[in-house]
Formats: sequence, structure tokens, C-alpha cells
Amino acid sequence: MGKSPLLDAKIPSGPVEQKWTVFRGDADLVSPANKRKHTIIVVGTGLAGASAAASLAEMGYNVLSFCIQDSPRRAHSVAAQGGINAAKNYQNDGDSVRRLFHDTIKGGDFRAREANVYRLAEVSVNIIDQCVAQGVPFAREYGGTLANRSFGGAQVSRTFYARGQTGQQLMLGAYGALMRQVNEGTVKMFPRREMLDIVLVDGKARGIICRNLTNGEIERYAAHAVVLCTGGYSTAYYLSTNAVSCNVTAAWRCHKRGALFANPCYTQIHPTCIPQSGDSQSKLTLMSESLRNDGRVWVPKAKHDQRRPSEIPEDERDYFLERRYPAFGNLVPRDIASRASKRVCDEGHGVGPTGYAVYLDFGDAIKRLGRNKVQERYGNLFAMYHEITDDDPYDTPMRIYPAPHYTMGGLWVDYNLMSTIPGLHVLGEANFSDHGANRLGASALMQGLADGYFVLPYTIGAYLAGERLGAIGTDHEAFDAVEQEVKESVAALLKRKKGEKTITEFHRELGKVLWEDVGMSRHHEGLETAIRRIREMRAEYHDAVFVPGEGEELNRSLEMAGRVADFFELAELMARDALQREESCGGHFRQEHRTRDGEAKRDDKNFAFVGAWEYKGRDEEPVLHKEPLVFENMELKQRSYK
Amino acid sequence: MDNHLTLNLLIWRQSGPEQPGMMVPYTISGVSPEMSFLEMLDHLNDDLSRRGERPVEFDSDCREGICGTCGLVINGIAHGPKSACTTCELRMRSFKSGDTISVEPFRATGFPIVRDLVVDRGAFDRIIAKGGYVSVNTGAAPDGNAIPVSKFDADRAMDAASCIGCGACVAACPNASASLFVSAKVAQLALLPQGQPERDHRALKMVEQMDREGFGDCSNHGECEAVCPKAISISHIAIMRRDFMRAAVQ
Ligand SMILES: Cc1cc2nc3c(=O)[nH]c(=O)nc-3n(C[C@H](O)[C@H](O)[C@H](O)COP(=O)(O)OP(=O)(O)OC[C@H]3O[C@@H](n4cnc5c(N)ncnc54)[C@H](O)[C@@H]3O)c2cc1C
Ligand code: FES
Repeated sequence: MGKSPLLDAKIPSGPVEQKWTVFRGDADLVSPANKRKHTIIVVGTGLAGASAAASLAEMGYNVLSFCIQDSPRRAHSVAAQGGINAAKNYQNDGDSVRRLFHDTIKGGDFRAREANVYRLAEVSVNIIDQCVAQGVPFAREYGGTLANRSFGGAQVSRTFYARGQTGQQLMLGAYGALMRQVNEGTVKMFPRREMLDIVLVDGKARGIICRNLTNGEIERYAAHAVVLCTGGYSTAYYLSTNAVSCNVTAAWRCHKRGALFANPCYTQIHPTCIPQSGDSQSKLTLMSESLRNDGRVWVPKAKHDQRRPSEIPEDERDYFLERRYPAFGNLVPRDIASRASKRVCDEGHGVGPTGYAVYLDFGDAIKRLGRNKVQERYGNLFAMYHEITDDDPYDTPMRIYPAPHYTMGGLWVDYNLMSTIPGLHVLGEANFSDHGANRLGASALMQGLADGYFVLPYTIGAYLAGERLGAIGTDHEAFDAVEQEVKESVAALLKRKKGEKTITEFHRELGKVLWEDVGMSRHHEGLETAIRRIREMRAEYHDAVFVPGEGEELNRSLEMAGRVADFFELAELMARDALQREESCGGHFRQEHRTRDGEAKRDDKNFAFVGAWEYKGRDEEPVLHKEPLVFENMELKQRSYK
Repeated sequence: MDNHLTLNLLIWRQSGPEQPGMMVPYTISGVSPEMSFLEMLDHLNDDLSRRGERPVEFDSDCREGICGTCGLVINGIAHGPKSACTTCELRMRSFKSGDTISVEPFRATGFPIVRDLVVDRGAFDRIIAKGGYVSVNTGAAPDGNAIPVSKFDADRAMDAASCIGCGACVAACPNASASLFVSAKVAQLALLPQGQPERDHRALKMVEQMDREGFGDCSNHGECEAVCPKAISISHIAIMRRDFMRAAVQ
């Protein structure tokens, strides 16, 4: 397999256990006096962005921080529920850095880079220490030590949590650190800003163009380096568990300026979400994976069984995860649980009004632990479920179904988290780096904070020390050109004064196509049809979409219109990538490639590579580059959770 | 069976911070009871946009009650009729066909209106910046289990920490006080060993900033606790007062 010259992963030499230590020992440093002379733009204030911005500012850099929300604390990370992994082995159940590394590589179906994953497992332990010191109120045992729970794809208990609001608490910790630096004057905070383009000078990332979402002004910001922490692209599917402002715009516009986009087809469909109820729905709600610690998943053995769950006796229930995967039971990884649920529903065993749902039952847990204990563990999730569905999960099983949740794909980065545009670093869900073809639960929070607190602060120093960049101002001519293009694209969206179809309707249609053909199960013809449909819809969108209001004011419709335009372009690339990958791995399931018992069948000989796409122009075919994946510390073998 | 609702809405429209605003009536039909309140507004906005009219601007993001972005005063109550529930979690099954529903922004001196139902809550960030954290640099932390924390304290700290910073407490308070918001953060950190070194200083700085932002004093009306979507207890305000007084006399 040929390696593309564009994709030098810059993995340090030496054994995997020592790479990061050696890197840190050898990396060039920026002196304290020189740090003050460097400005770094950090876009996004989720776990990745807030932790990076705070840490860089503490080190002495000038930081400019941006987010879409009215406050950095509201970044989408705040919604994470279940927990964060770390190889602390506080439970003395055999956990270690090596085991977390191993679980993550296997969970990702051998499609992630070993060196990055090992480093992630290594710094995971520091994250918990840092968060505890910040006053994050993690769950505790009676003796005062930190409590843990289990998550999918692991046989140890290594997940730290704060009720069902772990993301919120970690977010508030990182936000506090960020606001402390704002108070010190080392971070300048720009909320309600949307990055619409990146500015390159001599081929290096030196600034961004933003739209001020309060007054619509187009603004310029210059720096020595740019760090993108703008999250994932699940909202391309329209209905997903993500917040409604989640988008791919910043990443996509960088892609169009030269940053390669890796593995766009690796999307995670989360098994336990509240099923769709109507056409007017704007998002789907996740029921945390932690529920699978105590909840049992089942469907009626009989097809199209209309009885109420309480009327179905034990021996007429199929606990299909426990049956098919006895070793991991209800705690198999997400891709496997989702596909298994889809399969039983496709076969006619699904429940609820649409037949597309399975039960997640706490009856046994309540019997075993008592209602109070269950309430203590999952109270807020049960309340949320009750509010949305009007059903009380203490009395009747939850009904759940898979939904788009997380995107493993993202901008390609090397070991230093730098994209193919020098100076543009990408952190958190926005990059492709650590989860391969499937992410394990409680690993995204870990990765975001690892990248922001512990990895980037070292690697960006090495970049800046090596480059010795001079200062530039926003009056540099490169800003004129990019700003002009941004203004034109905003104006193009506003040119029609009337239209039949709304932005939401277009987005919903795009989402349907992606869900049907680039969702949980994919095949050749479906993907080719999807590409054709997406192109047609995209053309129609640009001809017919109506965006009310003006550019120079607060205008939510205009914001959405720009994001949906980018989703159309991304969607095509997702389908192309899925078409190209003639194997099944993790969340990418090609119907043509499965084992006899219906599991994903990888093709390591031909597809053990990262597929990174180069943008070639509006109507040009994108070009695929390959970074071969080398496994020196893990034996490449078919994943089994049986 | 058609269980769709038809509703009369009265919505605050204001085209900019300096412009005068007013309540504007709209009639909306085809609202299903499963819809969330914000999905009902999305539906209205789609109608308006199809008619070439300007949609109603409002803030929202997670739409599951955790980010604190949404916040409307519905029929005079911040976040609407259901207790312990954000605007985005509220479902239309709480209303009957034919109801008239008024929808207004969170109003307070400290929260200037940006447009329609969107307000500027930047004051909350400025208050947190004054001390709503533990001053610890990245990399300077001891092992997570080095300092035991009793489960009781951790749970109480978590109760306080579940504040989502939506500002409903301010909108509901007759004095437009931000005391519940500020005290939730002060109390969270006061209940944990990690928060002790900066405890008094934190309360002092945050309360001073709250005053500077134009929020009123707390006179124990308790409206804040009643509307708080996370049911944060007003008892935190006592902790804040105590820490503040101790710092003020020093
Ligand atoms: C409901 C839910 C529950 C989850 N639970 C868990 C869990 O229990 N454990 C776990 O490990 N993971 C969980 N995840 C996944 C995890 O929350 C995310 O992957 C992670 O938080 C992403 O963090 P981030 O910092 O990369 O991005 P985000 O938190 O998404 O932040 C993105 C930031 O970028 C900003 N931004 C985006 N575009 C622009 C732009 N163009 N201009 C300016 N700013 C921009 C946004 O304003 C925001 O500040 C969950 C996800 C969901 C949806
Ligand atoms: S939109 Fe997040 S709390 Fe309502």
C-alpha cells in the first residue's frame, strides 16, 4: 500500500511506551519571554478548546478564544452524560495503561494509530487528577475515594462520573480554568462568533475570518497558529443526539483550503436513544450508555407482538445481546449493539408504534438494587425519559433505538495534532485521530481533555519554536482576499427574497438520505444513489433555498443556511468514503462484507489505512490519500465479544 | 384521531437592543402534543419563513436541559408551567388546544435584550471570571484519590454544581438578583476541600461583580428556587452570605 507523501504522521521512533516521554524530553521549547510574543487562536470552547485555551494561557501565550454560543460554558461537551475513562486501576480489577490502549484499539476495530492511542491511555490518568483538583464533584464511595462504573467494550470498571452529568461537570471545570485566564487578561474571549474561514500566509495558518453572530459583522483575527476544536458532524444527519448548533463549517472550510479530511464515513450510531416520534422533531435524545450497566436489552421472541411488555413472560423474551455476546452481554461496543438492534427490528421483533425500538429494562435492577439505588445512579436520565415520552421507566421498560451520535472521522492530524496545513492544529472530536472506526463509550471526553490539557501544549510549542514566525496584522493582504470570499458566500445565501422550501426541510431531506444509505448499514448501490441524490439536492438548495432577514444582524436562519450548505458537501464525501472502503469495520458496515453470522468483516490486507481526502475544487473529484496503519503492539485479529 | 393543537401565541418582538418592542399575536395549528415548546416555535418559524416574514429569534442548543442556552418566560413564568424543567424540555402536552400563550424574554437590567427573545447573559461569565473556580494550573494536580471527600459532601457539592447558568433565577426574582446563580458556584466549591484556600476571597469577588453588573439584592422571595430547572436550593445563598461576610470583615 503506497503511503501518500502528504501524510507524514511524524510518529517518534522507539517502543510505544516511550514515544511520548521521549518526544517531550526532546521537543524544542519556546522561552517564557517568547511565549508572550505568540498569539494562538483557539476555535471552540468544548472540553478540547477550553482545556487547550486555558493551558496555553497559563503557559504564557496570548490566546484568542471563540465559540458560537453566548457563553463558552454551553459548548456541546456540556451534554455528555455517562462518564470519562482513565486507566487508574482504582478498582484493582486489572486495569492498566496497556489495557486501555488495547481496548481502544480493539474497540476501534484496528483502524486507529497505535502511537496516538497509547499516548491517550497514558495521559488519561492525569486528566482525572486535574479535574479533581479543579473541584469537579465526581461520584465518591462512602470511604471518600473516587467511584467507577463500567462502559461498553471493557471488562474493567474505569469510568469516572458525576451523576449523569459528567460532561457538564468536566466542562464547568475547564470553563472555570478558561475564565480564570480571561480574568488574568491572557485569554480574550469572543462568544457568539462563527469562524467562516481560515487565512493562510505562506501556506501557514495565520488567522481566521468570523461572523459576529450578534450584529452580523465580518471580523478578522490574526495569530501565529490556529487550533480548531469545533466538534463533530453528526448533525449532518439532521436528527442526532448532538446540540442543534453543532456543525462542520470550520473544519470543512479548512478542508477546502488544504486540510485533508480523514475517514469521513466513520460515524457512530449510538444504540440507546429515545426513538423518533414525529416529523417535527428537531433532535434525538441520548439515554447514556451507562444505563447498560444495569438495564437489560430485549425484544419479544414472537414477531409483531402487540402485548404490553409486562404481559410478556420471561421465556418469551429474547435478550439478544446477552444471547449473542455472552462474554460482554449488554456491554458490547456501540456499533455491535446498534446493528444487533436494527437487525431484530428489521426481522419484525421491534416494539413501539413504529416497530423500530427495543426494550431497555430495569425491572431486574430495581429488584436487585432497590428503587433508591437505581434512582441515585440514573435518576436524571429517568426523569428526562419520562418528560419526553410520558412513560415512567421505573414502571415500564424504556424504548430505545440507535441514533447518530459521534463522528470518528475528522480532519487528518499527525502525532502532533497538526493538520496538513502547517500551523493548523485540530483537537477533540473535530480530528480523526484516536478512535479508529468505532469509539468506545466515555472515551471522547478523555480524548478532548487529553488533547487540550496535555498534548497540544507540548506539540504546539515544538511547532512555534521550529518556525520562528514573525508577527502579522489583520491588514495583511491575505485577509482581504479571504474576507471578500466569505462576504460573497454570505451574500449568495441571502439573494432570494422568497422560496417554498425552508432550510430545515432541505436539512431534513439530506438527513434522511444519509440515514438510509450512509447510516448503520451501507451497500454499493445505495451509496451510489446517495451520491447522486445529494448532488441533486445540493444544486436545488443553492437555487431555491430562502433565507429570511439580512446579513448585518442577528440571524439564526442565515447561520443555519451556511452550515447546511457545508453539510451537503460533506455528505457527498461521507458517501464516497463509504463507497471506497470495501470492507466492514466498526461503525462502517458494508452489507457486502460480513461474516457468516452477520458480523463486520474487515479486510486488513487492503484496507488497514487511514483514508484522507484532498479537496480539489467545487466540481472536481476529491483525491484519496492513504496512511497505512502499522500494528506493532497488537495482533491484528477479528474482533470478538462473544 | 387528530390530537393536534391550535394555539394563540403572543410573542415579544424587538428588532434590536435600542428598538422598541411589543407583543405580537400569532395563531399556529398542527402542533402535536409530543413536540417540545421550542419545536413548536421552529414550526411557527417555518411558517413565517415560508410567508417571507422574519422568524422569531430565540436561543437554544442542546435541547435536553443541560446547556442552559434556552430560556423563555412562558405565561409569566420563567421556563413555563412545569417545575424543574427547562424551556426546551417542556412538551406541548402541557397545553390545550385554544390556549393563549404569552412568550417573553428573560428580562433584567443585567440581561439586555439582543433581539426578540434573545438576551445577553455575558454578566454571568464576568461573575465567574472573578473567582468561580479553583486556581490550579494544568499539570499541578496531586493524585485524584490523595484527598478523600466524603460521599455526603461530594453529593451536596454536585447538587450545587448542577446549575446550568440559564438565568431563570434572575428573570423570576422581583429584585432581578443573581444570588442563586452565584451561590450555587460558591457553595459547590465551599463544600469541597479543593475549594477551601480561596473560599472567602471567591465569595467576595463574585458578589462584588454581581453588584457591579446591576443585579439586585436577595430579599428571600424564593421565586428563584421555584423556577430553577435544576431545583437548586435557596439554602446555598446562606452559604454565600456567610462566606461573603467573613471575607468582608477581614
Ligand atoms: C448527548 C451526548 C452524550 C455524550 N456522552 C458522552 C460520555 O458520557 N462520555 C464521552 O466520553 N463522550 C460523550 N459524548 C461525546 C462527547 O461529548 C463529545 O465528543 C465531546 O464533548 C466533543 O468535545 P469537543 O471539545 O471536541 O467539541 P464540542 O464540545 O462539540 O465543542 C465544539 C465547540 O466549537 C465551537 N464551534 C463549532 N463550530 C464553530 C465555528 N464555526 N466557529 C466558532 N466556534 C465553533 C462550538 O461553539 C463549541 O464551543 C456525548 C455526546 C453527546 C451528544
Ligand atoms: S437548549 Fe440546552 S438547556 Fe435548553
